[in-house]
Amino acid sequence: MNPLLDHAQHLARRELFGRAATGIGTAALASLLARDGLADDSSTGGLKVPGLPGLPHFAPQAKRVIYLFQNGAPTHVDLFDYKPRLAEMHGQPVPDEYFAGKRFSTMTGDPTGKLMLAPVEPFAQRGESGAWVSAFLPYTAAIADDLCFVKSMHTDAVNHAPAISFLLSGGQLPGRPTLGAWLSYGLGCETDSLPSFAVMTSVSKGTTCGQIFYDFYWGSGFLPSKYQGVKFRGSAEPVLYLSDPPGMSREMRRGLLDDVARLNEIKLQDYGDPEIATRIAQYEMAYRMQTSVPELADFSDETQATLDMYGPDVTEPGTYAYNCLMTRRLIERGVRMVQLMHAGWDQHGSITTELYTQCKDTDQASAALVQDLKQRGLLDDTLVIWGGEFGRTPFLQGDINDRPKWGRDHHPYAFTVWMAGGGVKPGLTYGESDDLAMNVAKDPVHVHDLQATILHLLGIDHERLTFKFQGRYFRLTDVHGEVVDELLA
Amino acid sequence: MKKTFTWLLAGTVCLVSAAARGQDEVVFNRDIRPILSENCFACHGPDENQRQADLRLDIAENPLVTDLIASGNPDESELLARVLSDDPDLVMPPPEANKTLTAEQKELLRRWIEQGARYQGHWAYEQPVRPEVPARENAIDFLVGRRLAERGLTPSPEADRRTLARRLSFDLIGLPPSPEDVDAFIADESPDAYEAFVERLLASPHYGERMAIGWLDVVRYADTIGYHSDTPRNVWPYRDYVIRAFNENKPFDQFTIEQLAGDLLEGSTQEQKVASCFNRLLLTTEEGGAQAKDYEARMLTDRVRAVGTVWLGQTLGCCQCHDHKFDPATARDFYSLGAFFSDISEPIIGHPGPGMLAPSEEQAAELERLQANARTLQVQYDRAPPELAEAQAAWEAQVLAEAFALKEQWTALHPETAESAKGVTVQVLEDDSTFVTASPAEGTDTYRISATTELKGITGLRIDALPDDRLPSKGPGRAGNGNFVVSEIRVTSGEEDAVAIARAAATFEQNGFPAAAVFDGESGAGNGWAVAGTAGRANTLLLEFAEAVGDGEETVLNLSIEQNHPGNHVLGRFRISATTQQTPLKLPQQTLPPAEILAIIETDAAERDESQQARLTSHFKSVTPLLAELRASLAAANKAVADFEASLPRCLVSVSMETPRTVRFLPRGNWMDESGDVMQPALPEYLARVTDSLPDENGESRLTRLDLARWIADESNPLTARVFVNRLWKQFFGVGLSKNTDDLGSQGEWPVYPELLDWLAVEFMESGWDVKHLVRTIVGSQTYRQVSTASPELLTEDPDNRLLARQSRFRIDAELVRDNALAISGLLVKRIGGPSVKPYQPAGYWENLNFPQRTYQADEGENQYRRGLYTWWQRTFLHPSMLAFGAPSREECTADRTNANIPQQALVLLNDPTYVEASRVFAQRIMEADPGNGDPIDARIDWAWREALQRPPRDEERAIARSVYEKHRAEFAAEPEAAEQFLQVGLAPLPDGADQPELAAWTSVARIVLNLHETITRL
Repeated sequence: MNPLLDHAQHLARRELFGRAATGIGTAALASLLARDGLADDSSTGGLKVPGLPGLPHFAPQAKRVIYLFQNGAPTHVDLFDYKPRLAEMHGQPVPDEYFAGKRFSTMTGDPTGKLMLAPVEPFAQRGESGAWVSAFLPYTAAIADDLCFVKSMHTDAVNHAPAISFLLSGGQLPGRPTLGAWLSYGLGCETDSLPSFAVMTSVSKGTTCGQIFYDFYWGSGFLPSKYQGVKFRGSAEPVLYLSDPPGMSREMRRGLLDDVARLNEIKLQDYGDPEIATRIAQYEMAYRMQTSVPELADFSDETQATLDMYGPDVTEPGTYAYNCLMTRRLIERGVRMVQLMHAGWDQHGSITTELYTQCKDTDQASAALVQDLKQRGLLDDTLVIWGGEFGRTPFLQGDINDRPKWGRDHHPYAFTVWMAGGGVKPGLTYGESDDLAMNVAKDPVHVHDLQATILHLLGIDHERLTFKFQGRYFRLTDVHGEVVDELLA
Repeated sequence: MKKTFTWLLAGTVCLVSAAARGQDEVVFNRDIRPILSENCFACHGPDENQRQADLRLDIAENPLVTDLIASGNPDESELLARVLSDDPDLVMPPPEANKTLTAEQKELLRRWIEQGARYQGHWAYEQPVRPEVPARENAIDFLVGRRLAERGLTPSPEADRRTLARRLSFDLIGLPPSPEDVDAFIADESPDAYEAFVERLLASPHYGERMAIGWLDVVRYADTIGYHSDTPRNVWPYRDYVIRAFNENKPFDQFTIEQLAGDLLEGSTQEQKVASCFNRLLLTTEEGGAQAKDYEARMLTDRVRAVGTVWLGQTLGCCQCHDHKFDPATARDFYSLGAFFSDISEPIIGHPGPGMLAPSEEQAAELERLQANARTLQVQYDRAPPELAEAQAAWEAQVLAEAFALKEQWTALHPETAESAKGVTVQVLEDDSTFVTASPAEGTDTYRISATTELKGITGLRIDALPDDRLPSKGPGRAGNGNFVVSEIRVTSGEEDAVAIARAAATFEQNGFPAAAVFDGESGAGNGWAVAGTAGRANTLLLEFAEAVGDGEETVLNLSIEQNHPGNHVLGRFRISATTQQTPLKLPQQTLPPAEILAIIETDAAERDESQQARLTSHFKSVTPLLAELRASLAAANKAVADFEASLPRCLVSVSMETPRTVRFLPRGNWMDESGDVMQPALPEYLARVTDSLPDENGESRLTRLDLARWIADESNPLTARVFVNRLWKQFFGVGLSKNTDDLGSQGEWPVYPELLDWLAVEFMESGWDVKHLVRTIVGSQTYRQVSTASPELLTEDPDNRLLARQSRFRIDAELVRDNALAISGLLVKRIGGPSVKPYQPAGYWENLNFPQRTYQADEGENQYRRGLYTWWQRTFLHPSMLAFGAPSREECTADRTNANIPQQALVLLNDPTYVEASRVFAQRIMEADPGNGDPIDARIDWAWREALQRPPRDEERAIARSVYEKHRAEFAAEPEAAEQFLQVGLAPLPDGADQPELAAWTSVARIVLNLHETITRL
């Protein structure tokens, strides 16, 4: 965002129009803009824009990020963090020393006397790496050697919205730019027909947990709004206002847009106002989205083998599996970050019931996405992250005698995420929680550390990607964060 | 009670007069402070905790600084040496700070030191002084012109009348001018034509709407609470207050005081109370799991940030955790400022409630009329004529007789076991009734009751469904309305013997839910006995057996009461009794009064105390047929009052509590840390000190919000006027005189024209805070009237137009984009104020809103065509068209909207039904336009251009529009179905017998016009 550079480019483009604009149709204009690189001017606000000068700060390992965000907080205790002692202590009160001085959600309040709850399903070591994954996640277990597990995550927030906001934006309150917005701002956009930061959401079938997807989970905060995530909806109109009014044919639309452009060009010649050039470019971009998005959502070019890999839900718009395949298609088309959010992990009273559905809805497609990327050679420079906003209590929420209602409460002191591809060590298990999976015991990774590491993989020094707002330089990692070198391949 | 405050001038050292400033003189505030603030203050500034080497560079009164700088001797200056050093261990700022000074900045520092290193207090904390302006010169033009001349620039010429008309209309009322207004303005040859045009706009009721948009952003006005469920709240009367205040030109100091403390003004009016809704505009939550201390801290922070942004132009948010790193504000200032608001009565967790009634004058009069009518009837009802006393005595006797008979004939069964199939805890009470303590899982349940009786020849049972205060709507059921549905009842005697039911009857049967349904063999949802509409009253179900049971020995009766209608339609409290009467059994003729009343009747009249007698009489009056008519009238009158009240606007307002909440200093902003001092309300120390009436030890003269408000609105406050003037300037030039309109602190921008900002601030205050005067002054200047086209030289010299050698051109605000399209189409409904409205919105856009789930219902009729500022402001899911054009979600106070230019804007203008419909209705008007004598198609195109852009099209524009018309006319004529579909968008009716291909073709032309860059641009 160098105003002088922007301005020089405005002038250059204005001259271009002044000399040669007569008789140029918009298609020609667009190709001209594209060929001479002027359409890449960030000031056009268009889709395809370069990043900041000097970025990336160093050679990146990953060019793209897929965040498979598991809203509601998956239970690390039942899925990844195997603790034999927890099973031994099943039904006994949680020892005081494990929670002294700690804050829990108001639902738990004081954990004194809460009973330990053994993992519901058996665990096994998987693959050559021997990573622990429970029987809840057979497909994830099968690709364990491709994954890098971080078992020592911890966070500051105990409720969903603040914790999700914290993970994605570095701050608990709404209003900070999220990871995807920072990446678009810093690294620019590689595609000229799709936004750089795409978001999709889904909810597990038949879940009783009412999770909300707030817009600020993919907001641009105080960064210009063009950096906010564009939500692709699981419906007939994946992007808002993408569909033409009824009765308008594709040819008529193209003609209409050309006419709008011709009229705007007349004014551009009169005034040389760069905003007019931007407006013309934006209409062209809108048109490209109108043509590219329907093709994007058309899975007819996928092989049956691919569809099978993602599971039976893959053809049903709005499901997690559908979104996973859409994610690969977006990534292939140059989208920088896909944030796929899936709600339904908030098992306060459904560890023995809804958790099974939840895993069934997500396990196969998550693993399929990693494999699919790997088969296509995309995994090497695509970072995939799977995880929620915190973990769940190793102790029980509910009545120990009422197995169908067993649950676990919010737990910020230890949880697990996994990553794959994009420069992380496959087959690594990093960090440890204590023998009851209550607190981090070894190699703690704070949310800000995870953010610093993600940025590092993308070639960004997290301390140097900043934006000045309200008198202060803000960054994704607030004033904290250390890159976890041990995770890097 | 009024306290006086004076301003403490922070660190004033030397004020260089504007006139003395030469080209070469380095001015601390303009040239040096930004360098130091950007690069040094974080470690060598106001924040004590971060300060390195005990060195503070933001103030001069520091011997260490004097030594370091060595003023006058750059060669001996350690400060300069460190800045210029190549040694990574010595150089400042240190490499890890990631900051480097440019060669130009280093040179400035050198020259500053050479010239004596004179410090200045931060400009915005100094009292503004009106700079000298020669008589008969327009101050704005003089001050701008002088600087332009220094830079070798000249102002641009005045724009033409058409441009001015459009500019003024968008800037002052937010609507396009009509072509007739423009023509009249162009034709007006009087010398004050321009001023007269401005005055007409200032007098328009739409002026207040236009001015409100920016104010509503900065105070973060929205229709929903913000956090978690983001549910609606009543605040729109505040929005209307803002509009009215601007229209009535309420002095800005008064406007300020009313919003912060209108409720505390002596004898405050409804309007002043509504103004104090400002204090309730923050984000709140009703999330069950949220922690009160956490949200109490958030709310305090939110309010302090708001005061900082709205009036002081200070980024006080930084001080939540630490002393400000750049400005002299401290964390203690932050919490003591927050303590001003601790008197406001509100739930910390929970919905804020409906708020105060805020009727209009007409509504208030109507309410009074209805209330008077109800009062009159109440007086009649309260009278006690002798004949009523007689009737009561007779009634009491009758009740006594009936109660006696019932007791004789019916024996209550004491349940030995009472169970819920869903495991809900069930209690048996002293009166042998059964109370069910909670609602069952999935909302349905079956109760099993067993009782032993020695009665012989039991002919039937009765089940009394009883009210109870602990039940929803006082019961007797557990559904929200107090209802239940008894699906099926099975009775067995002993272990197995089913007891056949021959007949059932009830004291009340809900339509479609008769008593007989309890033994019809059907037990699904929707089938059974229910009593909707009788909440809080007892009702009785009678079951007559086909054959008598019971032999006089112990007989066990088992009842299974199935209740399968979902939604907790289960009994909450009930009693079972048996009888040996002859069949057919009879229901009591009259429902007996509640036990409490019956007990009074059974008490000897002489022994009843006054309150018992009064309760009895009151009950009698409520049931006696003698008063039936009066009761009905009174109930109707009360209902009329209640209904009317429910229809009246309500508004959250500030209500002061006797005992304010305790506010503690939170170390590092940590709300869990309760070790901090208790804070009293106090003004920020760096800005003011109280000269008298300090709060005493007992806190008796504790400062109030009114004190804060008066201090903010006092002429001795150097910030308030500057902050408002600067924001207003942005409205008229696209950018403030100091660019960051939310920060006039040291991280803000040194104003391009500090003297002009000061002149305007002083003028504003001396005019009596007259906003219209300020607006008039600004738009009256030649500077405002310049053309917005830039010569190549000017574009090079001043690309962002900070020097104002021309006007700026910018895209109109999100709300105005909508208003403009609706106005051009003729659809716009110009009514002012009222509840927020819901324009078309894509289906499913709210699908993620939860607690509860909500479906967006777009408005029909006039409310579909209201101005953008009335759009329903859902904080977490703001209307997508508003968002696309940069309207803020208003979760934070927003002084600066982003003016981005993004592809979504094109998609909105092309495909949002609002714009497609506006195009169609505009097309209808185009077709109706008088074609005159020339070519009718060209004439219509010309008319369309003039309506939308207030100018005729150029030839090539006309030719393009004509080709669009012809192409689309042909295509739609070939495919009439496409035309028909295309014209279906929107609720506005199609004209009867329209030539659809023709209308569709003109709609395409209209769509093109509404999509032009020029259409949404203010030049």
